[in-house]
Amino acid sequence: MLLMYVKAFVIGGLICTAGQLLLLYTRLTSARILVLFVTLGVALTFFGVYEPFASFAGAGATVPLTGFGYLLGKGAIDGAREKGFLGALSGGTAAAAGGIAAAIALGYLAAVLFTPKTKE
Amino acid sequence: MNGSKQKSAYDRMVKRVSPKSEKPKSLCKAFFVGGLICAIGQGLKDIGVYALGLDLEDASLFCSFCLIFLSALLTGLGVYDKIGKFAGAGSIVPITGFANSIVSPAMEFKREGFVTGVGAKMFQVAGPVLVYGITSSVLAGVLAHILSLLGR
Amino acid sequence: MQAKRMGRQSCRLPSRPRVQAFASTAGKKEGEGPLRETFDVVVKDDTLGEKSWEKAEKRMLADTVTLCLNKAGVREEDVDLFLGGDLLNQIVSASFAARGLQIPFLGLYGACSTMAESLLLGAALLDGGFGSRAVCATCSHFSTAERQYRFPLELGNQRPPSAQWTVTGAGATLLTAKPDFPIAVESFTVGRVVDFGQTDENNMGAAMAPAAADTLLAHLKDSGRPLEYYDRIVTGDLGQVGYALMRELCEKEGLALGDRYTDCGCDIFSPEQGLLAGGSGCGCSAVTLNGHLLRMMEKGQIRRLLFMATGALLSPTTTLQGESIPGIAHAVSLEVV
Repeated sequence: MLLMYVKAFVIGGLICTAGQLLLLYTRLTSARILVLFVTLGVALTFFGVYEPFASFAGAGATVPLTGFGYLLGKGAIDGAREKGFLGALSGGTAAAAGGIAAAIALGYLAAVLFTPKTKE
Repeated sequence: MNGSKQKSAYDRMVKRVSPKSEKPKSLCKAFFVGGLICAIGQGLKDIGVYALGLDLEDASLFCSFCLIFLSALLTGLGVYDKIGKFAGAGSIVPITGFANSIVSPAMEFKREGFVTGVGAKMFQVAGPVLVYGITSSVLAGVLAHILSLLGR
Repeated sequence: MQAKRMGRQSCRLPSRPRVQAFASTAGKKEGEGPLRETFDVVVKDDTLGEKSWEKAEKRMLADTVTLCLNKAGVREEDVDLFLGGDLLNQIVSASFAARGLQIPFLGLYGACSTMAESLLLGAALLDGGFGSRAVCATCSHFSTAERQYRFPLELGNQRPPSAQWTVTGAGATLLTAKPDFPIAVESFTVGRVVDFGQTDENNMGAAMAPAAADTLLAHLKDSGRPLEYYDRIVTGDLGQVGYALMRELCEKEGLALGDRYTDCGCDIFSPEQGLLAGGSGCGCSAVTLNGHLLRMMEKGQIRRLLFMATGALLSPTTTLQGESIPGIAHAVSLEVV
């Protein structure tokens, strides 16, 4: 079980390092990098690469944004298998709904409770 | 207006004079903070599976929810932007960074009202991620469906 | 008319309008920097107790103008013109500050070059006999600039080391046609918009330096003066990167700037404050002029100052559409007479 934590740490860290490399060596902004990562996650899932990778690396593969792409891609492909075209349409968003709803609801709550402070 | 020769000469001058980021250091920071967030995620997943008896899918959702909650809290308390300044992509790429990019504009624009500010601006930063993530997932699903129809 | 015009871009002001008073308000970070002693007011809280940063910025400008008039012992109704601007959309800080001041108002936009733009216009109007007193003022605020030009404040992003930090501060100068005061506005040079094709909005100094060099060369050519005529030549907010580029560009034209050249963006913060390449924003040159520099002139430590505020004339929209960043710099020559 300890090995799982090492794998999560190292692989998650490496994915973030790849993001940092793009930030440092290209003029890509963070928004573009996030879009790239999520799309890459979907694409790798489509080609059947991300699923074995995720079971190998655990949270190291699912916590970075590529994992969000994996969730979306897997949901859509599973949906297509079960319900055809309509499943392809709804499967991805349905699989990611929990995360999206949590971010929206907590974002709203934070806006009610907190006021932004200036940077230091 | 200005010759391209002059422009490229000036570009070279700018490049020479501009300070460089400390690249090895910033890569290490991104690695450690990113890795740490993922390791915490692994811990939350294990809590889901072993302590709460969830299946793997629900444990993943539980893990995401907890990380998003932590990120929202730290953003609200004004801590996440400091982590981000330190770690760069290390705290942008994990799901906590996605949550931060939704929570921070929501807070920022509440002075413009809860509907026209918070509601409208919440996805100022994270919107593209959803647009491209969901669109590419639909594309992946449809392609998978077409391939199965073709009898693969 | 010809008697006042010199060269392509410059004018002399034979009546030499005087600086009657000046005032500056600085934010918390600026108040911790090397120039802290020279500001009239250092605010402890960037919100000034207001509900939004935009409201705070407006208050800061209005308060600074009022303070400037109080220092001179002049009432609002004795001032003929308020010339001012800021960085926010529709220059709301200046207009809303003017809403509370009963002074006829002309709103200006020159991005961070506004302090020089307002000074040269104010001095020209007084020299033309179109008024006897004009107050010239501008301001910027870190938090309003962040949310308009960049990202929400709580977003966890990194900025490259060439990026600059928007100064929170406001400066006001009261000009008078009465020749009873020691510091005079003697001539000015209106800058051209210069664009060397820079597109990196995290490196404004590089975008503005060519404009500053262009205006300095034009001023020296138009006035027929050698560089040594001035004790001090100051640019507004080029920061560390722009400062180095400005030196190099001038050197290529055979001008060795030497010790007499400084930049407000480099001087306002100390490197230990860790604020990347230095200060920027309208407030950067405004608080430095209306604090440090004019105080030095009062004491006679600077007798001839060429003040060149620099501006980057971009908007978030032009950046997204892939346009390069045009720069501008206006020069105002101030002398102790």
